[in-house]
Amino acid sequence: MTEEAQQILNAMPKGTSLWEDALHRLRKNRLAMFGLCYLGILIFICLITPWIAPYGYEEQNLRLGAVPPNSEHWLGTDTFGRDMFTRILYGGRVSLLVGFIATFVALIIGVAYGAISGYAGGKVDAVMMRLVDIFYALPYMIFIILLMVVFGRNLLLLFLAIGAVEWLVMARIVRGQVQSLRQQEYVEAAMSLGLSPFAIIARHLIPNALGPVIVYTTLTIPNVMLLEAFLSFLGLGIQPPQSSWGVLISYGVETMEEFPWLLIYPGLALTITLFALNFFGDGLRDALDPKASRD
Amino acid sequence: MMSFKTRFIALSMILLLAACGGDSGGETRVEVGNREGVFHFGNHSEPQGLDPHIVTGVPEHHILTALFEGLVTKNPETLEPEPGVAESWDISEDGMTYTFHLRNNAKWSNGDPVTAEDFRWSWQRAISPLLGSEYSYMYYPIENAEAYNLGREPDFSKVGVSVLDDYTVQVKLHSPTPYFLQLLDHYSMYPVHRATVEKFGSATDRLSQWAREGNIVTNGAFALTEWQINSHLRVEKSPLYWDADKVKLNAIVFYPTENLVTEERMFRDGQLHRTEEIPLEKIKAYQAEQPEITHIAPWIGSYFYMLNTTREPLTDVRVRKALAMAVDRALIADTVTQGVYRASTALVPPGTVGYTPPHLFDYDPERARQLLAEAGYPDGQGFPPIDILYNTHEDHRKIAVAIQQMFMQNLNIQVNLVNQEWKVYLDSHNNMNYDISRRGWIGDYVDPYTFLSMYITDGGNNKTGFSNARYDEIVLKAAPAELDRDKRYALYHEAETILLENMPILPIFTYQYKHLFTTSVKGMPDNIMGYYNYKYVYLEPEA
Amino acid sequence: MWRFVGLRVLQAVPVILAVITVTFFLVRAAPGGPFDTEKAVSEQVKAALEARYRLDLPIHEQYLSYLGDLFKGDMGPSFYYPGRSVNDLIFQGLPITAELGFYALIIALVIGCLAGVFAALKPNTAQDYVPMSLAMIGICMPSFLLGPLLVLIFGIWLDVMPVSGWGQTMGDKVLPSITLGAMYAAYIARLSRSGMLEVMHQDYLRTARAKGLPERIVIWRHALRGGLLPVISYLGPAFAALLSGSFVVETVFQIPGLGRFYIQAAFNRDYTMILGTTVFLSTLIVLFNLLSDIVAAWLNPRLRYQFRK
Repeated sequence: MTEEAQQILNAMPKGTSLWEDALHRLRKNRLAMFGLCYLGILIFICLITPWIAPYGYEEQNLRLGAVPPNSEHWLGTDTFGRDMFTRILYGGRVSLLVGFIATFVALIIGVAYGAISGYAGGKVDAVMMRLVDIFYALPYMIFIILLMVVFGRNLLLLFLAIGAVEWLVMARIVRGQVQSLRQQEYVEAAMSLGLSPFAIIARHLIPNALGPVIVYTTLTIPNVMLLEAFLSFLGLGIQPPQSSWGVLISYGVETMEEFPWLLIYPGLALTITLFALNFFGDGLRDALDPKASRD
Repeated sequence: MMSFKTRFIALSMILLLAACGGDSGGETRVEVGNREGVFHFGNHSEPQGLDPHIVTGVPEHHILTALFEGLVTKNPETLEPEPGVAESWDISEDGMTYTFHLRNNAKWSNGDPVTAEDFRWSWQRAISPLLGSEYSYMYYPIENAEAYNLGREPDFSKVGVSVLDDYTVQVKLHSPTPYFLQLLDHYSMYPVHRATVEKFGSATDRLSQWAREGNIVTNGAFALTEWQINSHLRVEKSPLYWDADKVKLNAIVFYPTENLVTEERMFRDGQLHRTEEIPLEKIKAYQAEQPEITHIAPWIGSYFYMLNTTREPLTDVRVRKALAMAVDRALIADTVTQGVYRASTALVPPGTVGYTPPHLFDYDPERARQLLAEAGYPDGQGFPPIDILYNTHEDHRKIAVAIQQMFMQNLNIQVNLVNQEWKVYLDSHNNMNYDISRRGWIGDYVDPYTFLSMYITDGGNNKTGFSNARYDEIVLKAAPAELDRDKRYALYHEAETILLENMPILPIFTYQYKHLFTTSVKGMPDNIMGYYNYKYVYLEPEA
Repeated sequence: MWRFVGLRVLQAVPVILAVITVTFFLVRAAPGGPFDTEKAVSEQVKAALEARYRLDLPIHEQYLSYLGDLFKGDMGPSFYYPGRSVNDLIFQGLPITAELGFYALIIALVIGCLAGVFAALKPNTAQDYVPMSLAMIGICMPSFLLGPLLVLIFGIWLDVMPVSGWGQTMGDKVLPSITLGAMYAAYIARLSRSGMLEVMHQDYLRTARAKGLPERIVIWRHALRGGLLPVISYLGPAFAALLSGSFVVETVFQIPGLGRFYIQAAFNRDYTMILGTTVFLSTLIVLFNLLSDIVAAWLNPRLRYQFRK
């Protein structure tokens, strides 16, 4: 290329891929970036908690009882004399863990189901979506409570129960995406090339459907955390001496008059984290598809 | 748009104020109740039913003692027996025959007279094997009652209950039972109205609807007028009651308050005259600032953990003893329970009519570790994780959390907490499906026997796998036959020593009850059974 | 149009049937029988009770007889409250939950729509950010946190509201309704905002404005109908969510509604009650979804046209 042509080329604004475009929009959204930073810090702290926590989370000091925040206990202690800062950190680990894992379960099931349904089309699709409709109509709260009460309160069951409820919308979204993508020419090309349906789904459809999936995943995590908190509030979730933010809040509610710090700090922790997740999720959605209708 | 918005805001403000206005201006429910003689009673949970021969539980007890009356009642201050349906009674020299003379003006709420036959029929129904009453053991002091209840004696006429005439009942016991009159005031021995029961099904149909609002017929000072499940249950003064002149209350409303934090708020809000509980965190404040409404007094009850002796590793008595010695009861009593419960190392509460329980051990973590090592788990090595089961309640959870920590800290063993709702929890006991389980036992009458009789072999309230021949012998044969109190207490002492040496239970506390009463409530003095006689209760509007 | 309705109704039937079946077998699969407490007493009593509840029949016969009874409208006796039927309990708790849900829905709709429309009028200004942030709080704060906080502030510190109960003291319906409605107000605010935003720039609105109509009429008569469409579609799921949300609120405020009955039944292993409530609520939800879909279709001229053909 000639010098001149090269210069003209350099002067033109660089073309960007869809992803770069999205990333750019995302960076401009300050709320979303705040959310992302907060989440990053939170996750990091929760990961290193066992090394930085000043006390054990079950370490009791009965004579001390509940004291408000002071230099020894930054966020105060609960009625057993346990350090709240430590318990909130560990609680965060559990809450986030439940949030991520249950969402992950929902993600796997939902994406697989939706992709297969959308790709197959016709009768198979109709039946599969009918099933989704049926499950969607079930009052999930009832079933989760029933499952937890009847089959015992353990963590694994909690993940499965929550995940089993959240995959439905994911499946619908993925199916919708796959259906529209399927019409695309490059898919027809791949099909005529003889690629197996599995390869097509895995290598072409899913990566391109990822946009809404990522958004929805990010928005599911706070719902899952709320669900876990509610179950713990009812006494169905995490059992003592372990705790999650939900458990801490439910204990805090009991003594909120005498020891308000037992409610305020876990409550703040949960609410701010949910904020951050929601802001980030919203930001992602705006970034990836600014014209998409919300909710 | 602007005007619309302002209009909307104005409207909502008005609505909000209207909604609030009513509450802060008028009288509270308690104040109205004081004026009208309506007692608002916080009753913890919704009663499962009102059939006195089927239900079990304290909430039911509070309601049933208002609706029904037995042969004998009690004085709320002294707990001495007082005439109920029976206006007098004779006791034979040997203490084995009781003859009750019923008054002739006791009536059912539908006008029928209460007769001796009512009692005979009701008692037959109560211990009928088909009914499956869980309190049938209350009747066992009566001759052949146990045999009838277990189906071994099919003929009720062999049981020591006879009708001498319309208003005379005679009861024959198989051994002198000094507390027999107290038993008669337990709701399981109340009469029921035969015609009503039979109108709705067979006498032994547990699912019968006879005990519902609109159907039920009662003989007590109050009659049922309203029952909305999960909301409230209202009883009103019965004009047909033989002693209606003495009854000063016009109505009692029972509320299934369940959550004790909410109950306390309801009390502060002026919605209740009496609470069933006081949240532990608030006790110090109430005792300091409002001692006149805070009623914390010794209660004839024992709080302990049952140990399933049929499950490893609890089969080894050394393990059980180690666990018992690893709990610092005094610390928990002082801190977690705010001094409300008292540390105890025995089953029977001390001072139960002059009885002193044996004192065999103390909090001794060193010795506990030694015992555990001897049993094959030095420093907790190899000790399988075990569960502490408790029924869902804020207090039990707190105590369990503290004890769990003590086990882990002192013995280095892993202990998990499991909580279940009442019915499921009882289920687990019946199936022996637990390792350690929290248990509370409130005495049905004032005598150590009410506690010791729990742990006979295969006793309905045993459920620990504990079985000792000498213990059975004392409890079932020797003690009931012993008329001399000191000698009887010596036998009790021996039995309890056997029990504690085997440690199928881990004693923790003796109870005190904790209630809040408004100062307008009169006639409900503290007593060791937490017993109320509503005839003595009245409300005085507060100054 | 009627074909559309008929089709949807037909589709609802297998859904309800599936719910009944799944719940029935789930409940039966639970460990521990309902009468194990009676075991301590005697085998005779247990056997009699099981016969009464038809637990001694083979399971498929139990299922069929349950369906038969259900068809007649009989949901069986409660396991936990002997002498009471499930119908009794459900119809006792239902009016209360319905009332609570209704107030909450009204609050959610009114506050939500107003806030959302208001925000959409001036996007990306303070008028937009403030309501939307409040909405975010509504979504992120669980009702079991919000409820007690409201009780603390208004019931105890300020002492202007009762702390619990429903229909027993004046004004005790306010806090629970607000607590329940808050989260849905937030969702509806966001929905209506985005719906309005989409519609605001449409051509038909531009035409109306060009005609010289005042902005108020443009919004009121033209924009709202299209903009609030997503809200209408949301009503179905909102109803379901309100029902579940009422569980928490009823527990926190000690309200004797259906949600509280359900939770108690679950904890007490009152199997017939659990089954009855689930079936009942699911049927209601399905019906409500159906209704909401029909209304949405009717309001949306495009969809309506589709079915004219």
